[in-house]
Amino acid sequence: MKAFKYLIPESVEAAISFYQAHSETARYMAGGTDVIVKVKEGWMEPDYLISLKKIQEMAELHKNEATGELSIGALVTHATLEKSLMIRNDYPILYDAVSNIGSLQVRNMGTIGGNLINAVPSADGAIPLIALDGVALLHGPEGERSCKVIDLFIAPYQTILKPGEILKKITIPPQAPLTGSGYTKFGRRAAMELPLIGIGVLLTLDEESETCTKARICLGVAAPTPMRAQGAEAFLVGKKITEAVLIQAGNLAADESRVRDSIRGTAWHRREMIRVHVRRMGLRCLALIKEGR
Amino acid sequence: MTTPISFILNGDELFHEVKDHWTLLHLLREEMGLIGTKEGCGNGECGACTVIVDGLAVNACLYLAVDLDGKRLETIEGLAGSDGTLHPIQQSFVDEGGIQCGFCSPGMIMSSKALLDQNPTAGHEDIKHALAGNICRCTGYVQILESVEAARDRLSEQAGGRNE
Ligand SMILES: Cc1cc2nc3c(=O)[nH]c(=O)nc-3n(C[C@H](O)[C@H](O)[C@H](O)COP(=O)(O)OP(=O)(O)OC[C@H]3O[C@@H](n4cnc5c(N)ncnc54)[C@H](O)[C@@H]3O)c2cc1C
Ligand code: FES
Ligand code: FES
Repeated sequence: MKAFKYLIPESVEAAISFYQAHSETARYMAGGTDVIVKVKEGWMEPDYLISLKKIQEMAELHKNEATGELSIGALVTHATLEKSLMIRNDYPILYDAVSNIGSLQVRNMGTIGGNLINAVPSADGAIPLIALDGVALLHGPEGERSCKVIDLFIAPYQTILKPGEILKKITIPPQAPLTGSGYTKFGRRAAMELPLIGIGVLLTLDEESETCTKARICLGVAAPTPMRAQGAEAFLVGKKITEAVLIQAGNLAADESRVRDSIRGTAWHRREMIRVHVRRMGLRCLALIKEGR
Repeated sequence: MTTPISFILNGDELFHEVKDHWTLLHLLREEMGLIGTKEGCGNGECGACTVIVDGLAVNACLYLAVDLDGKRLETIEGLAGSDGTLHPIQQSFVDEGGIQCGFCSPGMIMSSKALLDQNPTAGHEDIKHALAGNICRCTGYVQILESVEAARDRLSEQAGGRNE
């Protein structure tokens, strides 16, 4: 592997000043599961790697019980999310996604922030955070700003981050009661495989009438960047959710998707799998809402 | 570009000068001569290089040696007793046919140890989930899963025995 100097700042400000001192030749690194592979393969040739791992404030996972807001530090690993009972019970869509990323070894190192900023069309972590209306907090040489998680992505492997900018954390607004959610990573197998298509569904029902008050249908590998099938979402809102309605939503989502043929699968197959899994995840949402009652 | 680090290797405190770009796998195999940990793919795909850092299974091929500073590392060399008695997980792999050529075994055994240390009652699905990142080209996996289940039972018998 190419030689580089490894810098280990302990604050966001220190990391940014390291970056500014070496901007052309420096890269940030969190878990390193993407960066180290790229450096080994010669796709990335940094002279400086700036480790974010010792920045304590970026490693926190906690829910504010008073406001219901969840805060996920960018350095939180997939394994930490997977092992958290709070995540498993209250954010099943996130649990579903992170528990099947790579292998346990990769999940013990890889972080949610690295997953987002790497910005591969198949990033499993992005879909649930978009469905949960996640907001990303960024900190760069020019100060802090925030944006919706979905707006981080502008093209495959490209985010809105400016040079030197760091993703500090993701916040998830409080979830309404009677909300269910689920994610399917569809591929040959879940572990150690990028999904052929990733499907995340979140539904909130209104207590009295059982009609849907909020719907999120988010798709990975269905477009150059993670997308929401907003037509299908709008179709569900205001309806009583039945299997027949979910089948229609799946068809709408499949039509809205911009799937393509690739080495790993055909557009036709991807579209069919969107139909199937939007329905299945919708039914899972209903089952979870029922259980919760 | 060398940095002094200190860490605990299989129970013993060690100091080492490491280059910033060395992986933990390089440190173990090339610098320290600990060749029990294997290199298969070098890219996190095969699990042959699995070691345990602060209780967590990681791919030594993707882990930087400098990041080991202040941490506790367990490798396959630390499992057998000083008299050569195999660790119960190793013995179960031998008894149940979980080893053929043996190349994947150190990684398989370290993944199994990380799991059983954390969850001594791990079931079949837990074992499959924890070992999904370890590839074996020989056994077809069935004997490996059986080995881990046998190891779990052996370890819990031993723990039970101690409690009586
Ligand atoms: C064998 C294997 C299997 C994998 N399987 C999957 C899978 O199934 N699904 C999946 O989605 N991914 C998978 N991955 C990809 C990868 O592990 C994940 O995307 C992981 O979450 C990346 O996180 P990291 O902390 O390791 O990132 P790093 O490698 O540290 O960084 C990735 C990129 O993000 C930047 N970066 C990291 N953190 C920040 C931050 N806080 N602010 C600004 N920039 C930052 C880095 O500069 C770099 O460009 C796999 C990888 C391997 C090696
Ligand atoms: S050598 Fe590390 S995973 Fe293959
Ligand atoms: S025993 Fe040969 S690779 Fe597993």
